[in-house]
Order: sequence, then C-alpha cells, then structure tokens
Amino acid sequence: METPRINDLSICVATENGSGSASANNILFKAIFKMGIPCSSKNMFPSNIQGLPTWYQIRASAEGYFGRKDVIDAMVMFNDTTAAKDIYRIRDGGLILYDDSTPLPPNLKREGVQYLGVPANKIVQKLVPASPLRGKQRNMVYVGALAYLFGIDMETIRAVLEDTFGKKPVVIESNLLCIDAGYRHMEENGVTQNIARLQAIPNGNKGKIITEGNTAGALGAIYGGATLVSWYPITPSSSLAENLEHYLPRLRKSNGKATYAIIQAEDEIAAAGMVVGAGWAGARSMTCTSGPGLSLMNETIGLAHFAEIPSVFFIIQRGGPSTGLPTRTQQADIQLMYYCSHGDTRHIILIPHDMKSCFDFARRSFDVAERFQTPVFVMMDLDLGMNLWSSEPFRLEKEPFDRGKLVTAEMLEQWEKEGKKFRRYFDADGDGIPYRTIPGNPHRHAAYFTRGSGHDADALYSEDENDYKETLDRLRRKFETARSYVPKPIIEMNEGVKTGVICFGSSYEPTREARDRLRAVGLKTNHLLLRALPLTEEVKEFLEAHKTIYLVEQNRDAQMAAVVKEEWPELGAKIISVLIYDGLPVTAGEIVKQIFNGAQATTAEVVRQARLRG
Amino acid sequence: MGRRRLQQKSSGKPDYEDKGVAEKKVNRINLTEKDYEGTPSTLCRGCGHDAITASVIRAFFDSSVDPRKVVKLSGIGCSSKTPAYFLGQAFGFNAVHGRMSALATGANGVNRTLIPIGVSGDGDTAAIGLGNFCHMMRRNVNITYIVENNGVYGLTKGQFSATADKGSRMKGGKLNDMPAIDLAELAITFGATYVARSFSGDRKQLAPLIQGALAHKGSAILDVLSPCVTFNNHEGSTKSLKYIRENLDPIQDLDFIPYYENIEVDYKEGTDQEVTLHDGSRIVLHKLRSDYDPSNKMQALAAIHAAVAEGKFLTGLIYYDPSRPDFAEQMNLCETPLAELGQDLLQPPAELLDEINAELMK
Repeated sequence: METPRINDLSICVATENGSGSASANNILFKAIFKMGIPCSSKNMFPSNIQGLPTWYQIRASAEGYFGRKDVIDAMVMFNDTTAAKDIYRIRDGGLILYDDSTPLPPNLKREGVQYLGVPANKIVQKLVPASPLRGKQRNMVYVGALAYLFGIDMETIRAVLEDTFGKKPVVIESNLLCIDAGYRHMEENGVTQNIARLQAIPNGNKGKIITEGNTAGALGAIYGGATLVSWYPITPSSSLAENLEHYLPRLRKSNGKATYAIIQAEDEIAAAGMVVGAGWAGARSMTCTSGPGLSLMNETIGLAHFAEIPSVFFIIQRGGPSTGLPTRTQQADIQLMYYCSHGDTRHIILIPHDMKSCFDFARRSFDVAERFQTPVFVMMDLDLGMNLWSSEPFRLEKEPFDRGKLVTAEMLEQWEKEGKKFRRYFDADGDGIPYRTIPGNPHRHAAYFTRGSGHDADALYSEDENDYKETLDRLRRKFETARSYVPKPIIEMNEGVKTGVICFGSSYEPTREARDRLRAVGLKTNHLLLRALPLTEEVKEFLEAHKTIYLVEQNRDAQMAAVVKEEWPELGAKIISVLIYDGLPVTAGEIVKQIFNGAQATTAEVVRQARLRG
Repeated sequence: MGRRRLQQKSSGKPDYEDKGVAEKKVNRINLTEKDYEGTPSTLCRGCGHDAITASVIRAFFDSSVDPRKVVKLSGIGCSSKTPAYFLGQAFGFNAVHGRMSALATGANGVNRTLIPIGVSGDGDTAAIGLGNFCHMMRRNVNITYIVENNGVYGLTKGQFSATADKGSRMKGGKLNDMPAIDLAELAITFGATYVARSFSGDRKQLAPLIQGALAHKGSAILDVLSPCVTFNNHEGSTKSLKYIRENLDPIQDLDFIPYYENIEVDYKEGTDQEVTLHDGSRIVLHKLRSDYDPSNKMQALAAIHAAVAEGKFLTGLIYYDPSRPDFAEQMNLCETPLAELGQDLLQPPAELLDEINAELMK
C-alpha cells in the first residue's frame, strides 16, 4: 500500500470531444488552483468538434512544477473508444475512475491498478431530465467523485462555479446537483484511495492569475499599441485574435470610437498584406497564425523585409508538416520564421517562455518592429498559447513606445535648414537602419516610392549591381545591430559546472524540472533560456564556457541547433540535441532520459578518444 | 474648368491624338499639370497604359487633388509600374503580385484621410489576386482601382490572361478556349459601389470617370481597356487597338463637376442624369441609351451580358451605389487617423490591466 502523497497528483480525464467535459475539467482545475496548490493543465484535444477522443491532464505539484507530469496517477475513464488503451496509460498502482452504471467489460481489466466506480449515467438519468444537457452533466459527476476522493471540498467547488457562472444561478445549481451527487455517492459508499491527497495551502495562489499565452499575447499586443490586426482563423492561433476581439472594444475606445481596426481576412495572404499595408502607412500592425498560414504569408513577409516595413507576426506553432497535427504542439517552424521568404533573409524572433513574457514580448514586439523597420516574429506554440498556466499578474512597464527612426515633417524642415536630405534607404548612422517617413507626412520631401524590387538608397528603382549588393549588405548590418537590442537570454551559472542546458519557449518548465531531477542524481547543469533570434553574444559565451551543451527543442531536425551551428560551427559542435516531437507537451522525464543517454554517449566518446590517444 | 469640359462633349470616340495640355495653367491649389507627373515611363512606345497615366494626371490636376494626400498602390506587372509615372510627390507602393487589394485595405484602415489610387493589371486582378480583389470590394474599401486590362501578361512576354476573350488568338496563333472574366460584372456582383469601364484612348471619357472615382467613397473599379502594342495588338486578338476601337459601346457621355464649382447645367429631360458623389462633386451623364440607369444593378449586369454576347465593350459609368458605407466607416473608427494616434490613446491605462488581472484570478 502506498502512503498518499500530498499535493502531488496528475489526473487525466479521457472523454469524447464535444461532450461538455471542457467545462467539467475547468471546474476541477480551478478548484485545485483555488485551494492554493500549484497546478497546471494540458488539454490534448483532437482536430474535431464532436466525437473524437480528448484528454485533459491536470497536475497538482507541491514543488511548483508546471510541465506535464510523466506519469498519470489517476485516469477518468469516460471514453469507451479509448478505454482499452487508457487503462495502460496510468502508472502501476494508479487509479481508474469509471462509470459503473454497467459492469466493466473484461477487456478493460488490468492488474496492478485500483478501479473505482461511480454510476454517472444512472445518477444523471435520475437528476437531469432527458435532454442533450444530460450527457454534459454526466461529466459533472466525475468532478464530484474526484473531489471527494482527493479532498476538494464542496464549498470550493461552489466558489468556482460562482466565479464561472456568476450571473447564471440556474447553471450553478444544476451543475452543483450532479457534482454533489458524485461526491455523496463516493462518501456514502465509503470509497477511498491512497495515492494522493489534495491539501489546501492558505494563500498559496494568492495574487496569481490563470491564463493562456494567447490571452497574454493579445493583452500584450493591445498594451503595445497594436492598431491594425488582420487574421485568418487557424488553430492554435485563433484564440489570440479572438482575445483581441474580446478585449479591444473594452480597452481601446476614444469617445466611443475604436482606436483600432481588427479585420478577419479572406486568407493569410490577405492578412499579411493588410498588416504590411498598415505598417507602411505608419500604424502598429499585427497578425497571428500558425505553420500553414505562415507558409502562405512568406512572399509578403519577404516584401516587408526588403521594403523595410514594420510588422508583427505571432506564430503559434502546431504539429507540421502540411496540416500535420493542428491541435498538438511543436517548435518546428523556427527556420521557416528565421529564414522566411526567398532570397537572403534573416528575421528577428522573440521567444516568450511563460505568460509574463508572452505579455511583455507581445508589447515590445512593436518597438522592435519599428526600431528595425522589419517583420518581427513572436514565436509561441500551442502548449503556451492554448493551455492554462498559473502566473504572476501582468504588469505594465511604463516606457515610451520606441518608434525608431521615424521622421516627421518638422524634422524634415529642420534637416532642410541643415542641408540634410531625406534618403529613405540610406544608412546614415552605420547601423543599417535607415530613416522612414509615413504617408500623410505633408513635407514636400517626405514621399518616396516603396517597392519589393531592386532599389537604391533614394528608393528609386534600380537594377544596378552595386545598389543591389549594398542593399543586401545593409540589411545584414541591420540584422547585426539587432543582436544587441533583442531580449538577452536568462542564464544560470554554477561554479565548476561544465554541462550546460539551453532551452526556449514552452520547453522551459519541463527543462527546469528535469534539471532539478538531474541535480538530485548528481548531474549539475548550468542553464541558458534563449529568448530571441538573432543569437546574442551571451549565447556564444555560454557555449564557450561549457564542455557539453544540451539543447532542448520540440522538433525532429534540431532546427535551433542548426541556427547556432551556422553562427558558430566549432562551438555548435558541442551541442547534443534533446529532441521531443510527439506533439504532446514536453515532460521532464523525457528530457532527463535523453540527457542521460547523451551523457552516456559522451562518456563513451571520451573513453573512445582517450583510447585512440593512448 | 467644369464649363470648359461641359462644352467639350465627348463623342465616346477615342482621341488618341490628344497629347495633353501644354499650357502653363494652374489649378485651384496652384499646381500645374506637370506637377502631377512622375518619372518617365519605361513601358513600350504606344502602350495603352501610358495613355491611362495621362488621364490619371489630368484627372488629379482637374480635381485639384493635393498629391501629398494621395497614396499610389500597385501589384506586379507592366500596369503596376505606372504609379511611378504619375504624382511624383505622392507616396507609392509597388507591392507583390496580386496583393494590392490587401495592402490598400490595411493602409486605408489606418489612415482614411489618404486618397488611395491603385493601378493593377488583369493578371494581378483577375488571376493571382482575384480572391483579395473580390474581398476588397465586398468590404467596400475606399479606393480608386484602375485595372489596365489588355488580356495578356506583358512583362512575362505574352501569355493569355484571365480576361482574354474566348476565341481570341495569341500572337503565335494559339487559341484561347477559356471564357473571359468580366471585371465590371465581377465588381458589381462582389459589392463595388462605383463601377465603370473605359478605354485608354478615350481621355474625355476616362478622365471624368477617374475624377468621379476619386470623389466617391468606397470601392471604385475602373476596368480600362488598354491595348498591349507588343504582345496583343494583332489580327485575331479581341484586345487589339483596332478591335477595341471598332467595338466600343458607350452608354453615356460624361462630364465631371468638382464640388467646389458651382455650375448650373441645363438638363435635357430623359437623356441627362446627374449623379452626386460623396464629396459633393457631380457627374453629369448624357445618356446615349435613354433607358440606362446606373443605379439599377440588374440592368447593369444585363447590359454587360448583352454587350459581351455581341462582342462589344460597354463603357461609361455602369453602376453606382452611394448608399453603402465604406469599410473605414463600417469599422466605427475614431476621427484621428489610426496611424496618427499617440501612445496616450494606444496604450490603455494600467488600472484596466489590474482589473483584467483580478478577473483572471478567478
């Protein structure tokens, strides 16, 4: 018999998509959050509206780890079509909660796990009149059963329901009826388990918010002054745009009129085109999309790069190639962003790793875009964008917008007096960044002709080989300038440690946990959290300071490692890639496993080379 | 000026000989017609597009539009090069192939005080950018959108475009067996609110139509037949100069009266019709078909179909709907152009963020 662990639990709820389980799972998750316990949730859902299997994994972690837990302690087996597999997803000694309205079929019996039944069907048949609602309410029964089993009290549940459905007392009561029935059934039948207990931590989550990256990104964009948004629906980025639609009318009105334009475009090509048109006309403009949309936007992004037009592209990555796994997570569009569009291109990418940085980088992305007069990517993924994360609240840094080298009519007037000429693409400061005017500037020397074809420093059409080469070289100089402007990595160094771990984006949380576990078994590591491309000097120093570097990324081909190796081939040779690309949110266990394998291989290599030398 | 133009009744026949006004005349804002020129054209000698450029210059000059308030947009192709050849003092944007509509939508959304003129070709508009074009009109984005329609891809040296007529032959004799997309018909169907067709060589008709489009608030589409003298001007082509001239079918003679000119016109009952545009300017239509009413959508579509069936090009103001608000208006935007808003209006107060934080704590 196990001793129940306190506040260390993962529950996986297996249901059918569209069965109303999202609402039940949300209540369960928020109840645990309300108890003050550090917790996270991962929604592994299908690209489907109704009928396909979906899993929702909640983790309570006293230690404060928010990555997906390696093992499932308890499974809510409410989906007959996946049940035969689901019983093997849980760990030995784990718990299966099933609907025992009908007897458990023999093929769903497994040794070494505990089966607990709750007659959810029977309960709702008794409590809920026959209607489509009845199927949904069935899910509330498992919420009640789990609440009893793990120690969530009904008051907490009621408080969550009031938070969620405050204005609809009928909904609160009908949900509560079924949750309570599940709770009481377990209580009255004396059902117990011994794997875990949830114990309230007073003020444990006080001041914390629950949000998703797509909310954080939308709010950050609004506070960054996003003025034109054009987008085309695509999972997993749609909710970012929908959050903008939700919050913009509330946050950005002047005398009842909108200080923004949000447009649902006819396709991603149009979305990118509108963003570039608006950026050219002087407004902070953005779109959000995922891989397939980015593929379509390539040509227009190349135009914005070459014609030097500020624009922001939020990319919420999903499983590729092609349609791939639209509702699963990946970091496999790094190179599609970095080298976006034909010709010699390189782009600035901001890489948030948590809710606060989703907000902050979204806000700052417009500064970067205007400073460098170029497309800027905010690289996210489904795990960050669509899963719920607990976080410190968003804070607005009060700083003026960086409009970059924007030239007003007054400045042009002054320049004229000083005998200085406005030349749109002339590198006056040696940093590769030219000066920019925007349409509507009434000065007689303000206007210029923007084009994606060859041009000279005065924005005139040119096929001259020297003009062309100078433009390409200047764009590269501009990119080099960006190195010292983009967010620096966050580095953790320990005395005498020669193994480094680099990660970025949604891999951060599981990597943090993995490093703790490695430390516990004697492998100490230093850490670099990469937060932007181009790579900064600090990354080089980190590579230099370590013998072995593990680079964690969520793709098959080690795309970020390739970017590092291109920059510093010799240092890049120290990299051992930790590659996770099954489409599911990363677990610490997988990182630990791959680092161990890598460490063994490295040791073997050291031994082999020593032998060769010997 | 309006009076002068009223006296010069257009016959609807091409006046290819009209080489522009040489006199040093200034308009209402003290600019000469020369002030509306751009860099010299690099198109083929005799290209219809250059004649359209001359009409554009004339229209802007006659309407006394401040070039610094104009934005010129285009896609890719011979036609899309032309914005460099007029209004040198205006901002211009020669974008990527087929995407002018989208760019114009974005630019117009953030600064509706700018006066957008787009020049595009039949490849840009009717093929690669067709989807974006349709949706721009569906939104009724404010723009004067000129399609320089020659039925052929010029810059890639002579492939059929989607507006080439069925049965038309290429220079080498190849037959086009695909039906043409009629851009005026398409424009009416998809929600454009000012739809006209004209001919590059008929400045007397084209210039007032452009003036009208500039005065209109919404998607104004001008399908302008513009012969490609290099790749599509041969026997067997239905877009050759000769074929077009022989088959023009004008529905009206037109006069444009700018809002600032108070001219009384003697209307002939039944044959003259006046259309008032959004800025108060007027177009006087001298009907060549007594029964034609450009506000009647079904009649407009039927007339286009009838002309196509006869192998004719219906020209003039084909359709006009002043009632539909343009895109910027539909979006309920604040008075100041969005592009000119400062951080004080673009960044909400921190207190509202605290409010949202509190909501997210539940």
